[in-house]
Amino acid sequence: MRLTGEEEAMRAGAFGPAVQWAIDHQIRVGRYLGAEDFVPVSQVHIMADTESLGVAGVEWLENWARLPAEHRRVRVPTITDPRGTDFAAAHRLKHQPWMLDLERRAIAAFEALGILMTDTCINYQTIMPPVRGEHVAYGDTGVVIYSNSVCGARSNFEGGPSALSAGLTGRTPRYGYHLDERRRATLLVQLAATPRDLADWGALGGIVGRLAGDYWQVPALVGLDRVPGSDEMKHFGAALASYGSVALFHMVGITPEAQRLEDVIPDGHVRTHDVGEADIRAFQRAYAQEIETVDLVVFSAPQLSLVEMRQLADMLDGRRAGIPLLAVTSPQVKPDADRMGITRRIEAAGGTVLSGMCFYQSYAREMAEQNGWQRLATNSAKLTNIIGGYGYRPALMSMAACVDAACAGGRIGARTET
Amino acid sequence: MSGKIFYAAAGMGAKVRAPALVAKDGFSARYDLDRIKGVFSRPQHKLAGESYVGRVLVLDAAKGGVATAWMLYEMKSRGVMPAALVLNAVNPIMAQGAALADFTMISGFDEDVTRAIPDGALVEVDPTAERASIRIITAETKG
Repeated sequence: MRLTGEEEAMRAGAFGPAVQWAIDHQIRVGRYLGAEDFVPVSQVHIMADTESLGVAGVEWLENWARLPAEHRRVRVPTITDPRGTDFAAAHRLKHQPWMLDLERRAIAAFEALGILMTDTCINYQTIMPPVRGEHVAYGDTGVVIYSNSVCGARSNFEGGPSALSAGLTGRTPRYGYHLDERRRATLLVQLAATPRDLADWGALGGIVGRLAGDYWQVPALVGLDRVPGSDEMKHFGAALASYGSVALFHMVGITPEAQRLEDVIPDGHVRTHDVGEADIRAFQRAYAQEIETVDLVVFSAPQLSLVEMRQLADMLDGRRAGIPLLAVTSPQVKPDADRMGITRRIEAAGGTVLSGMCFYQSYAREMAEQNGWQRLATNSAKLTNIIGGYGYRPALMSMAACVDAACAGGRIGARTET
Repeated sequence: MSGKIFYAAAGMGAKVRAPALVAKDGFSARYDLDRIKGVFSRPQHKLAGESYVGRVLVLDAAKGGVATAWMLYEMKSRGVMPAALVLNAVNPIMAQGAALADFTMISGFDEDVTRAIPDGALVEVDPTAERASIRIITAETKG
């Protein structure tokens, strides 16, 4: 890779050992992925829950946090993805003291590095959405795909170590979705139906993700009969990234880089797939097969926006959940939900509002063992894709159907009267 | 088949020799593994229930989220990890995780290595050569 004078100085240790490690790490990654040089970044987002970090990862962070202040601080605004617990509700989830201790240690280390503990995977809705053409280094695949596709920003999937490196050096290797040529569509998806609710958008994301197949594929969609809203884009993108490891999509006539089909498919030669209503229903049915009752309902992955929180409260008014119902939002949304009475309404119906965490990033296997949870209903296709590996059997349903199941003691397909 | 060699577009880490565990399926440490027991745990995965410890995983594509970038390092700290990862298609997360953990990984081939390499074959993965490669030492397969 070509290095500037400043980058050579970083590599020689002029800015301390943390920056030296960071630029070396980035060079190794950049060489592997064909980067020719670095590109400056303006924002960084780090995924680093302690279930992923483990004790080894937290100790690794603490080593950097013990450096002198001038050698350990990030040089561009750097924020965090959800943590592994909500301290205010940890006892309700039966999180163990060792988990909380590890979380506190990780938080202290991040704070010493100058990182802003935003604890959110919906920063594009709540913190500072990137603008078209802005080079950033984001973790959380849902954050990357939304920022790339809906905002027109430029990021690869940056795992925790690489995101931290970008914060420390203020740059990232220029490969993948920082390059114009990588942002063209590689497959075309012709839709015969526009999804209706968030679970449908997630299912469509899962279908397109499976069609795409890997990180280097960029789907372009045509045939939508309206412009999706932010929460719809959020669920679609999160599922597409989860099922396909995809980091960028285009919706022709809607997303900023695809005003016309020829903007993203200039030569007109890509593979084409047709997707319709029957595909979306079949995708959802595949997950609910042989599940008649569930042990809990989870709304998470991504964290709920204020609008989703109010939709949930509206559905729960005057009703009572007979099984655990968890609604997970961001620390930025939660105070608004509190102030507007939304949290009170959800909890009055027996739900639990959680903040700053995400269900699958919060020791999901241990929660299952401690609480006797196995069968789970959710409207998040992303969560459905992930949670099977933690021993759960997930059912993908609309928010309304999930609420109905919760209020029927877990029975799927029931509609309790209010 | 013994001695057959497959060249990769990129590689990192040390040279290793171990039995291959092969499937036409993806890989994500978060989605697919019980990292405490060292087995594939996602029921839909073609290797569900199989131990990955000490095996050269030969799989199709990197899948899932960003957590693998941390998890390879954590798995290595406990010694419950594969010997190497060989992928038809890599994503940045795998490269980032392998770089942090000093883990052996190669990726990008002219043919589908999940079809070309027999499950259970003893293989040698060499990212240190001028062209990174995987070579079949003995092709005897399990069971």
